[in-house]
Amino acid sequence: MALLAELVLLSLSTILANNYVLVKFLGICPFLGVSKKVGTAVGMSVAVTFVMTVASVITFFVQKLLVHFSIEYMQTVAFILVIAVLVQVVEMAIQRFSPALYNALGIYLPLITTNCAVLGVALLNVQEGYDFVHTLVYSFSAGLSFMLAIVLFSGVRERLETADIPKPLQGFPIALITAGLIAMAFLGFSGMSF
Amino acid sequence: MGNMKELTKGLMKENPIFVQFLGMCATLAVSTSVINGIGMGLSTTAVLIASNIIISLIRNFIPNKVRIAAYIIVIAGCVTAVEMALNAFAPAISKSLGIFIPLIVVNCIILGRAEAFASKNGVVKSALDGIGMGLGFTLALVILGSIREILGNGTFLGIQLFGEGFQPATVLILPPGAFIVLGTVLAVINLITSKKKEGGEE
Repeated sequence: MALLAELVLLSLSTILANNYVLVKFLGICPFLGVSKKVGTAVGMSVAVTFVMTVASVITFFVQKLLVHFSIEYMQTVAFILVIAVLVQVVEMAIQRFSPALYNALGIYLPLITTNCAVLGVALLNVQEGYDFVHTLVYSFSAGLSFMLAIVLFSGVRERLETADIPKPLQGFPIALITAGLIAMAFLGFSGMSF
Repeated sequence: MGNMKELTKGLMKENPIFVQFLGMCATLAVSTSVINGIGMGLSTTAVLIASNIIISLIRNFIPNKVRIAAYIIVIAGCVTAVEMALNAFAPAISKSLGIFIPLIVVNCIILGRAEAFASKNGVVKSALDGIGMGLGFTLALVILGSIREILGNGTFLGIQLFGEGFQPATVLILPPGAFIVLGTVLAVINLITSKKKEGGEE
């Protein structure tokens, strides 16, 4: 029971107080890049959450191997390889079994390789010394926190499309300032003690 | 002359952050202070120069289909070397940048330059491109870091700038400040360039 409570707290604090995008600044590129429409934002974040969780599970065992052979300095190289291969496999699997989903996600899939949130989660899992269950919960929550941020943001951005914005602020600047305001709202969660 | 252009274009005209919007994660996360900005900027520059040189050297041997994977391995190798060097020679900076040092691997600037420039140009040009882009990135980080450190903490490079009465706007060194400062700086740049264009047309 105590473990369950701890896992729920870990998950909540990852999603809200330590939101991956808005507090930790991981995964900003897709956050700004594919957040123009709510639909694509949802598709992207589902794919990211999936890759993130699976990648963390695999890198958990890869790290065990690296420690076993005492070549921890190869961590970065090994992890990025795992992620790149995984993304490729996921892409091929989706293409083979669900062409409809593939068409919807198509272009966003290869981009996940260079999503720093995925590598970030894998590295943080090792840094925090999480065991298998914690790794699983932590990386899934990290994916959810990405989803929460990008879906909220894309909702605001759809509204921005029709708004009358001063010319120098159009495009990226207003998007960044909007993100700043959302981040400010999320700052409120950091006062909560989990 | 042509080589000079490869070096200077990264500073302003094709500045990776202000113009190309690359490498946003690192930019937002480490621009809390000037010293962090310099540390991150120079580490990225080192990786960028090394990866550009190596990729430009091996560009003719890599099959087109696996080139991205090959680039990532080269970049990851360079990042690991820089990470170890920082750990050995500048442990304080390495600690304050933390996870963002290994994350240089997935910084879009590096893969972007590898794909867009080093894979198509000779070694000297690629090295100059790496230096220019890296310094442009550093410059942008220092500008953002200065704004956030001076207004958010009342210091510059850790030196107290104002008297006792100064109330720092702490929000600027917190996460929301990163977004807002970058957004504002980009808006100011837009304003200046559009003014310049209007001036040119007259």
